[in-house]
Amino acid sequence: MTAVSPALRILPEILLTLTGVLVMVTEPLLSAKTSRKPLGIFALLGTLAAIAASAWQLHLPAGTAFFNTIQTDAFSVFFHLLIGGILLVTLLVSLNYFEGHSTYVGEFYALLLFSAVGMMLMTSAIELLMVFLGLEISSISTYILAGYRKRSAVSAEASIKYFLLGSFATAFFLYGVALCFGATGSTNIHSIATGVASGSSPLLLALALGMMLIGLGFKVSAAPFHVWTPDVYEGAPAPVVGFMSTAPKAAAFAVLLRITYTGFGTMSHIWIPLLWIMAVASMTIGNLGALTQRNVKRMLAYSSIAHAGYLLVAFTAFSADGLAAACFYTAAYAAMNVGAFAIISYLSGYDERRVHLQDYAGLAKRHPLASAAMAIFLLSLIGIPFTAGFFGKFYVFTTAMHSGLWILVTIGLLNSGLAAFYYLRFLSQLYMQPYDAAQDISEAPAQPAFVLGIAILVAAVLVLGIIPNRVLRLAQAGAATYFPCSGTNAAEVHTQPNLLR
Amino acid sequence: MNKPAYMWNYIPLLMQILAAVGLAGFIIAASWFIGRHRNSKVKLAAYECGMVAQGDARGRFSVRFYMVAMLFILFDVEAVFMLPWAVIYRKLPATTGSRFFGFWEMLVYVGFVLVGFFYIWKKGILEWSKDKADL
Amino acid sequence: MIPISWYLVLSAALFSIGVGAFLIKRNIISIFMSIELMLNAVNLAFVAFAHHWHQVSGQIFVFFVMVVAAAEAAVGLAIIIAVFRSRETLNVDQINLMKL
Repeated sequence: MTAVSPALRILPEILLTLTGVLVMVTEPLLSAKTSRKPLGIFALLGTLAAIAASAWQLHLPAGTAFFNTIQTDAFSVFFHLLIGGILLVTLLVSLNYFEGHSTYVGEFYALLLFSAVGMMLMTSAIELLMVFLGLEISSISTYILAGYRKRSAVSAEASIKYFLLGSFATAFFLYGVALCFGATGSTNIHSIATGVASGSSPLLLALALGMMLIGLGFKVSAAPFHVWTPDVYEGAPAPVVGFMSTAPKAAAFAVLLRITYTGFGTMSHIWIPLLWIMAVASMTIGNLGALTQRNVKRMLAYSSIAHAGYLLVAFTAFSADGLAAACFYTAAYAAMNVGAFAIISYLSGYDERRVHLQDYAGLAKRHPLASAAMAIFLLSLIGIPFTAGFFGKFYVFTTAMHSGLWILVTIGLLNSGLAAFYYLRFLSQLYMQPYDAAQDISEAPAQPAFVLGIAILVAAVLVLGIIPNRVLRLAQAGAATYFPCSGTNAAEVHTQPNLLR
Repeated sequence: MNKPAYMWNYIPLLMQILAAVGLAGFIIAASWFIGRHRNSKVKLAAYECGMVAQGDARGRFSVRFYMVAMLFILFDVEAVFMLPWAVIYRKLPATTGSRFFGFWEMLVYVGFVLVGFFYIWKKGILEWSKDKADL
Repeated sequence: MIPISWYLVLSAALFSIGVGAFLIKRNIISIFMSIELMLNAVNLAFVAFAHHWHQVSGQIFVFFVMVVAAAEAAVGLAIIIAVFRSRETLNVDQINLMKL
């Protein structure tokens, strides 16, 4: 292996950190009346550079750096690109959100960047210490972001709930790491894998695995560790919810993959049933909970729990295809969910004026373009063909069937049918109901950056649904780092996009 | 040496604890039984170094105290990484394979600490009485 | 030598007390303290295991946990102040604008 400078292996993180630090120290130097938009644009440029750097990392030979704490491979690059993309779109759609409302706009960008740095570190970490640090860098930033509507009591409440339950989960994760260290004498995932394979102290390892699953289950808001999700998503500012319902989940799923597939791969008889239960519980609780909600943010929160369930179905398959499906589904879910929350943030504004379902009655007449974009995101969340959601679900359920998980697939399909009901109810509010002109609220005109962000998201949803080959190939390359000799299934799926066209 | 025998090492500690608790209990009990109880209003008032007590003990402090305490904790804890680094500094070139790797890493670290310091300074957190309304 | 299991039992007990207090306590500050207790239980386990395996990496982990706990405390207390300013209470039963 050729020697690659370790700094190059974390180049995206370095770029984002430098951008964040520069934004942070410039903010107090500006006078209170100056617009913070240049800072946002600078953050955007930094993000673009980081995305370019991650794409460039594909050409590096896979390998480790910094004393076996970081590993760059196709898998980590996939998640770097995903998190970078989510960050980019979030910055675009929130460029105007806080203008004139908050005195801490510069810090908002800096916190978003730092949070993304933490998540990126999580996805490339192969040392649990690094995982922990990344987890905390991202979590601490998002705790603050959740409470960013400073005058709002609801926002502060969301922040404190997120903080308390997040730290609680972290403590569980840490205790799991400690037990893992005790059982194997190392916190490096590859050394843990050797220790697990040797079969010594299985009870301690099972306990460690369970603790880590609890901790990560909280972070991905999988049932039964989902209780914080609806409250936090309801109270936090809508653009932030778009970010924190997708990016931290992607990063936590990446960690979960590394820990279960690599670290505890030989103990799959223990974690597969656990994940099976979590998947069923998440799908069912998420969809049933969403049915009864009248608040759109709460509804989407329950929907995000359900989507975590679909993702866990792909995990449970424990095959190269399952892994690729999980990666692909994270990307598809990110595109549609960030989009849905971005549209809500635009329509309801900083004061969150439109949070109830009936506030959206007939809005298609007044906001035809925003409603059309919302319709695309909702259809994708249902899983209508030619959208990212359909292909993602299709791929997840086929791989689960290949692994013989018939019961799980049946439950998942029933849940998808159930889910269609509440998404369609939202859609019919937008299009079928009469528009009440008395309820008229004058919104600020959409900014070019916002329109660009939504355009990127709509394009992503459609591209992932119609011509997903490139993303799919990247996801499969990532999966191949775990299952080097992935069999015929991967080739089979390659042909399926053509069938859809 | 087997385990029970080892535990005997702790007997002096146990005796010490018993003696301390016993003495304290004895003194309190003795003063209760021997002393006379004549409570007056002044005697029952909160004792504040001989001064006349004023205000409520549960009064609130300005949030500025919290700021200073928090900054102290953050900058204090940062030193925790410097000690192990200083202890093994001479061995670092051998373990990292590069002569100045350890040096530059610490410089980066201190750089980040300084950036944080610059930020709180420019934000005016260190100015105690900038905003009198908060005090 | 005190056997390692004693440390682990103490650590597990501290962790359980932390979990119990987290679930029972009603004051946010107490809840926050119980989280700190859980983290310290983890630290104890790490140090015990590090001694058991003769590896420093466990102790290094403790350093990082301590630093992160301090950062978390700074942010957490700031959030608690924000909550108190908007609601004038720190009782979790009264912080219920959104139904759970």
